[in-house]
Amino acid sequence: MTDFRFIGKRISRPDGPDKAAGKAHYIHDLKRPGMLFGKIKFSQHAFARIKHIDTSKAERIPGVKAVITAQNTPEIRIGFLRDNFALKKEKVRQYRDEVAAVAAIDPDIAEEAVEQIRVEYEIQPGIFSPDEALQKGAPLIHENDSRGRARTDNIVPIKFHHESGDLGAGRRSAKYMVEGEYSTPLVQQSCMGTAGCIAEFDMNRNLTLWAKTQIPFLAQRDFNRALSDMGLQDKNTRVIVPTLGGAFGTGLDTHTYEYITILLAFRTGHPVKILYSREEEFAYLSPRQSSQIRILQGCDSNGKLVFRKVEVLQDNGAYTSWGATYPSVMMLPATSLYRVPNVFFDARLVYTNNTYCQAMRGYGNPELTWALESNLDELAEEAGIDSYELRRLNCNLPGETTPMGLKISTCGLKESLESVVKKIEWKKKHKKGKNRGVGMASLIHVGGGARIYKSDASGIILKLDDFGNVYVYHGGVEMGQGLHAVLTTAVAEALGVRPEKVFINPTDTGTCPWDVGTHASRGTFMAGNATLLAADKLRTKIFELATDVYPREVKKSLEKYRKKNPGYQPPEIDFKKAARLENFDIKDGYLSIKDGPAEPWLNLELGRFLRAVHFRSQGQMLTAEAFYDPPNELPDFEKGYGNISATYVYGTQGVEVEVDTETGEVKILRLTAAHEVGKVLNPEGLKGQIYGALAQGIGYALYEELKTEKGRILNPNFKDYKIPTIQEMDFPIDLDFIEIADEFGPFGAKGIAEPGLVPTAPAIANAIYDAVGVRIRDLPITPEKVLAELKKLERR
Amino acid sequence: MKKEILFSLNGIEVSVFVLGHERLIDVLRKHLSLTGTKEGCGQGECGACTVIVDGRAVNSCLYPALEISGKSVLTIEGLQGPEHRLSVLQQAFVDCGAIQCGYCTPGMILSVKALLDSNPKPTEEEIREALQGNLCRCTGYVQIITAVKQAARHLLELS
Repeated sequence: MTDFRFIGKRISRPDGPDKAAGKAHYIHDLKRPGMLFGKIKFSQHAFARIKHIDTSKAERIPGVKAVITAQNTPEIRIGFLRDNFALKKEKVRQYRDEVAAVAAIDPDIAEEAVEQIRVEYEIQPGIFSPDEALQKGAPLIHENDSRGRARTDNIVPIKFHHESGDLGAGRRSAKYMVEGEYSTPLVQQSCMGTAGCIAEFDMNRNLTLWAKTQIPFLAQRDFNRALSDMGLQDKNTRVIVPTLGGAFGTGLDTHTYEYITILLAFRTGHPVKILYSREEEFAYLSPRQSSQIRILQGCDSNGKLVFRKVEVLQDNGAYTSWGATYPSVMMLPATSLYRVPNVFFDARLVYTNNTYCQAMRGYGNPELTWALESNLDELAEEAGIDSYELRRLNCNLPGETTPMGLKISTCGLKESLESVVKKIEWKKKHKKGKNRGVGMASLIHVGGGARIYKSDASGIILKLDDFGNVYVYHGGVEMGQGLHAVLTTAVAEALGVRPEKVFINPTDTGTCPWDVGTHASRGTFMAGNATLLAADKLRTKIFELATDVYPREVKKSLEKYRKKNPGYQPPEIDFKKAARLENFDIKDGYLSIKDGPAEPWLNLELGRFLRAVHFRSQGQMLTAEAFYDPPNELPDFEKGYGNISATYVYGTQGVEVEVDTETGEVKILRLTAAHEVGKVLNPEGLKGQIYGALAQGIGYALYEELKTEKGRILNPNFKDYKIPTIQEMDFPIDLDFIEIADEFGPFGAKGIAEPGLVPTAPAIANAIYDAVGVRIRDLPITPEKVLAELKKLERR
Repeated sequence: MKKEILFSLNGIEVSVFVLGHERLIDVLRKHLSLTGTKEGCGQGECGACTVIVDGRAVNSCLYPALEISGKSVLTIEGLQGPEHRLSVLQQAFVDCGAIQCGYCTPGMILSVKALLDSNPKPTEEEIREALQGNLCRCTGYVQIITAVKQAARHLLELS
């Protein structure tokens, strides 16, 4: 298929008009009859033993319906390693630990009640850095694991390791090598719509949860387990996803606040809503993990990379979420960005009393690419090779299998490098600037799903009604990225109807088929492939029925046409021959015979056809379902091997900056982003994904950082935690989409939700070095850091 | 003690009984169930709750409810055209890909509306200035600027 009707065309997103009119309903806008408001009491001590909780005052406040603690509720363990609890019983291990919660008839009353809860603690000295946590004799954050076995250190028991080739031999063959240590900060996802949920039980004691989640079906599994912990064996959770005010990874775990809401709803017999304020979102929701990364890599005298050693140390915080599995993605760039034969990768995750973290867009890739692409420029400098040349020389190629076992089907790295070099005027500007400089960085990311769970699948149901409308039931989550626009376009294209006739149903585990979750840039790839399978089944069903129904119906049309057009001579059509399954086509909602005569009466409106099929003896209604599971592998992360995605995306970003040597301020003059996308499905949507990711990448590079002191977040608001405003995005951005249709991609397309922010920070850092000779290895690149390094340069 | 306030909301006179500590956003969302106005931070830092009061874009989370007496308020619900159609400005946001999660959109659109009402031909710099208090985490703002320019052009053509 190359001649598309809707794919690649400018089609507005279906949720756009309601959002523009303020009519989209977020969790903040939803109410249930009799609903109560929940509020959580947070510990505000990073490490302490809970001696006593006095809830008596709170309970006496009129309007308070329940006050719960770990003492009066069943224990619910949560998290990737089940090392976290919905409510904490004996110990708090982080400043934001939940010790009690209230449900009341009004949010103000709930807040007042929480303030009246008195907790006595025995405070212990906490551990706030991985280095401290690794010291001999350091206090144990967790004395036991989730199975009650004694722990002896603070290392999180998840291994990520890779070794390929012969590192020693690689090192010996290197003419040049550079070692560097790079770090990245805690970053808040900063969804414009804060976190929240509503929990409601029916009288069969089944639960409905309206949740801000990206993983409705894995959440269902988690919540059902919690129901079981609550003594509700074999009871079920229905997860409904309202309109999401952004997610960016915050929906990849189930959260303590959700379990607390469930406990409150069960205790009170009322629907309960918990909604985080902006301050709570900053202070008590899990941010992007910080990291320390050490890289040593080398090349031979010709600039060919010969080895790479990468060691990651991650501050896990007090508990373990899915986000702790960042190194599963860090392995991709470590082993597979550029061709490098001898690779060592190891990641250690360490418990501390800092906030525990979770996923954010890019999932470990921005962290590792920051280190890798900064270090690569340093190596180029050491070897006296142009850093673009070094990248070009070691470029990945289509058809190769990387040291991690990634099977690179299509690869646009060479094209993206060439695009950036041209557009940023590399040859004219690199190493020329006085306080002005250019820099670049590339990336690899998954583009065809990512099997990090037993199944990486996505189901879809397409249901036709009597009017030729198509209802789509898909378990993927629209969080702003434009999944529903892609689904609409894909269904219209694959089935042959107009986009206006496609209706996407809200994501609901009660009606939609299973999907592992909308993460890893997989939404478009999965939904598109599932659509193609289901549409093909539906078309086949239609064509089978058409062999009989079509001739009958068009003959009726012909009679009407003749009445209106007396004297009309229809062409001779042998319907026995023409009305064969393989001869039919559907286009713009009309059923017709392929290459048949262009007579209007031969175009049978799909709705009319469907009614003819429905309203007869032994009539039928048509639906089709498909379950797409991509051809990828669950890697062995301890060995660091496995083809995690069906396909991969590469890309390069180039940036020109100006550095103010008086203030240390970095001004971006222009940015060019070349990304391979397989095939552009929705041009405006795609641009929006990259522009938005670039802004997040710029925030990550230059100013975003959650500051902490003994585990407490010091800047829980937008005044002190700066995200890019429209004033910061005041430079030209040039996007280049490299289209190399991928055999596994729907219509040739690959996933592209995350890559836009992956190489931005190192591209900027490399440009700063080019401008003023200062190398910052610790994000964010604040004016203070630049100035301090400039001063050091002066003194030299 | 609740106090009655009378004001014009989207062209219609309304009366609401409010408490002294309540804010304009509470009047809209809580008392009148107009949930098109979004609360993003409650501290005047994100602009999601922007509405227009007497022609000026304001953060409704900072605006005391009692002070709205006698004034004229325009919210996103008042922008919609006849027969359930979007206004030219809203349509431009849809057409230009200026909307992703949509949480900042109503506030963003009202800030633009206040700008274009007083300055029908804004420069890019003036657009940035008018929108500097409206945070968006999804779009990187590029298509928002395109949408504002397109809306301004279309509105001029119509007038």
